[in-house]
Amino acid sequence: MKILAFAEQRENEFKKSAFEVVRAAKTIAEQGGGEVLALVIGNCVAAIAPILGGFGAARVIVAEDPKLATYSTTAYAKIVSEVAKKEGVTHVFLPASSLGKDLAPRVAVRLEAGLASDCTALTVDGGEVIASRPVYAGKAITDVKVTSAVKVFSLRPNVFSAGSSNGTKAPVETSTVPLSDADFASRVVNVSKSEGRLDVTEADIVVSGGRGLKGPENFKMIEELASALGAAVGASRAVVDAGWRPHDEQVGQTGKTVSPTLYIAVAISGAIQHLAGISSSKYIVAVNKDKDAPIFQVADYGIVGDAFEIVPALTQEVKRVTG
Amino acid sequence: MKLVVCINHVPDTETKVKIGPDGKSIDRTGVNFILNPYDEFAIEECLRLREKNGGEVVAVSLGGDSHKETLRKALAMGVDKAVLLKDEAPRDSFSVAQALADFIRGVSPDLIFLGKQSVDSDDAAVGMMVAEMLGLPSVSVAVKMEVDGKTITAEREIEGGHEKVECSIPAVITAQKGLNEPRYPSLKGIMAAKSKPIEEVQPTPAQPKVDVVAMKKPPAKSAGKIVGADVSAVPELVRLLREEAKVI
Ligand SMILES: Cc1cc2nc3c(=O)[nH]c(=O)nc-3n(C[C@H](O)[C@H](O)[C@H](O)COP(=O)(O)OP(=O)(O)OC[C@H]3O[C@@H](n4cnc5c(N)ncnc54)[C@H](O)[C@@H]3O)c2cc1C
Ligand SMILES: Nc1ncnc2c1ncn2[C@@H]1O[C@H](COP(=O)(O)O)[C@@H](O)[C@H]1O
Repeated sequence: MKILAFAEQRENEFKKSAFEVVRAAKTIAEQGGGEVLALVIGNCVAAIAPILGGFGAARVIVAEDPKLATYSTTAYAKIVSEVAKKEGVTHVFLPASSLGKDLAPRVAVRLEAGLASDCTALTVDGGEVIASRPVYAGKAITDVKVTSAVKVFSLRPNVFSAGSSNGTKAPVETSTVPLSDADFASRVVNVSKSEGRLDVTEADIVVSGGRGLKGPENFKMIEELASALGAAVGASRAVVDAGWRPHDEQVGQTGKTVSPTLYIAVAISGAIQHLAGISSSKYIVAVNKDKDAPIFQVADYGIVGDAFEIVPALTQEVKRVTG
Repeated sequence: MKLVVCINHVPDTETKVKIGPDGKSIDRTGVNFILNPYDEFAIEECLRLREKNGGEVVAVSLGGDSHKETLRKALAMGVDKAVLLKDEAPRDSFSVAQALADFIRGVSPDLIFLGKQSVDSDDAAVGMMVAEMLGLPSVSVAVKMEVDGKTITAEREIEGGHEKVECSIPAVITAQKGLNEPRYPSLKGIMAAKSKPIEEVQPTPAQPKVDVVAMKKPPAKSAGKIVGADVSAVPELVRLLREEAKVI
């Protein structure tokens, strides 16, 4: 077993998922008998690469080019698959992030490999990796086995534990995959970030608001609670459809699937499509004035009451105990 | 402009999933199937491009006869032609993509649209696999796009922001909610769709590379604790989150 772990970085900083992916690869390689090779793509990324050793990478390969500073689906796919071939890896691990979901299918095709996407658990059984992956937005979970010679897995962010680094620095080598202009057939020409906003798929805590908040102006109190908790703001579809919140905040079956340690649903009824997107949250808290709201059936803790009174009080109390 | 849109037929998002007798797939009895929600945005984008530039929209779906229902919906919305790649063998994303790519090669469209994800398998993989198999550039999870001559500029969602991507035609686009507002089929469209032919084509045989070993329900979450009924419960809730759950 030789695993290639793709370590995602943006602006020369590793994403949390990079450490998660390397660590998960290491855990599997230990069980299956093998080693982990990490790959970092970008511009001037060699400086950050060695720390992947602390999470289990025996070696790190870096592919550097000014043109790789931003993402290119075609160029990245070429590099990952060429490195995988050259190194004779048996498994490729990537994050199921927006970049990873775009990249992994292309890598799989280039390697004639089956893809198990958005995995939430990995085990080894008789030398074979078994991946668990949610389907129907988490209403069911399938265990799958990839049968091709090379196997590709994308791992849902925020689910696998990265653990802490043991301080080892991995040796770094430079990729020899040649690139030409034709390899940059699709290229990112601009990245616009919503300043200071955490993404619901990456945050440890998510506070979401629903239609019961009556209007967009009342999301101010949701934002304040989120800020007190260091949380991302989410929303139900009813709220997004009404135009109160941007749709990249929508949580649920046709929005984003979230896996935070704490999910707080305020004035959200808990429709099946909403619940589907939050089922892998560790703890769910519901605030709703209707005691029969379906959200209470999945909530670990609930307060039956008026959000307009409870949310500001909750923000104060959180600030008091954490401040 | 020649456009192909790949559409899937999936269980309604209202479906309460029950595991079927084989222990590897869902029990389909009583389940209502619909056009995959993201594929509606893909169809709509094709129709708008055709309205602007002229040309033809071909909708293609791989699956059994039941997929005709979804192809009829696409016809009712206004696509020109519907093709069923008729095959019911179980497939993984790779072998779905292979059948679609093999079909698309014969059409040589200017643009190929798919949804960003099927709401059954949740693979979010077929679109980029089709692009790679056809050797084409792509934009996945597109929320905005413009075509200017041979150049496409599109915006895709990333964590906490957006990316603007540029590539040239022909290309593959996968649609995300926000790309447009899909139209409802008109009554006239629905009536006309009933009599339009659905062409049946034999697809490339399935050779899946991923096997489902088992399907199970996620561990049931039991209803938790109602901490209280007004603001007086707030300190206790925060205490539980800190001391019992240890999450804040
Ligand atoms: C194809 C399809 C896909 C869908 N995908 C999604 C999805 O991805 N995500 C999603 O969220 N939905 C999705 N939906 C929509 C879903 O079915 C629900 O309509 C939606 O989730 C409802 O949003 P809500 O809970 O905010 O609103 P409502 O159902 O209207 O609930 C509002 C809640 O607020 C409570 N409330 C009112 N006032 C107060 C107050 N003062 N204090 C406290 N509580 C109060 C009420 O008791 C009620 O429970 C989808 C639907 C379809 C058909
Ligand atoms: N059987 C199918 N027939 C036609 N298109 C499909 C099929 N399965 C998936 N697709 C397309 O691929 C997209 C992504 O699906 P998936 O990778 O399965 O999540 C869908 O939104 C459809 O556009």
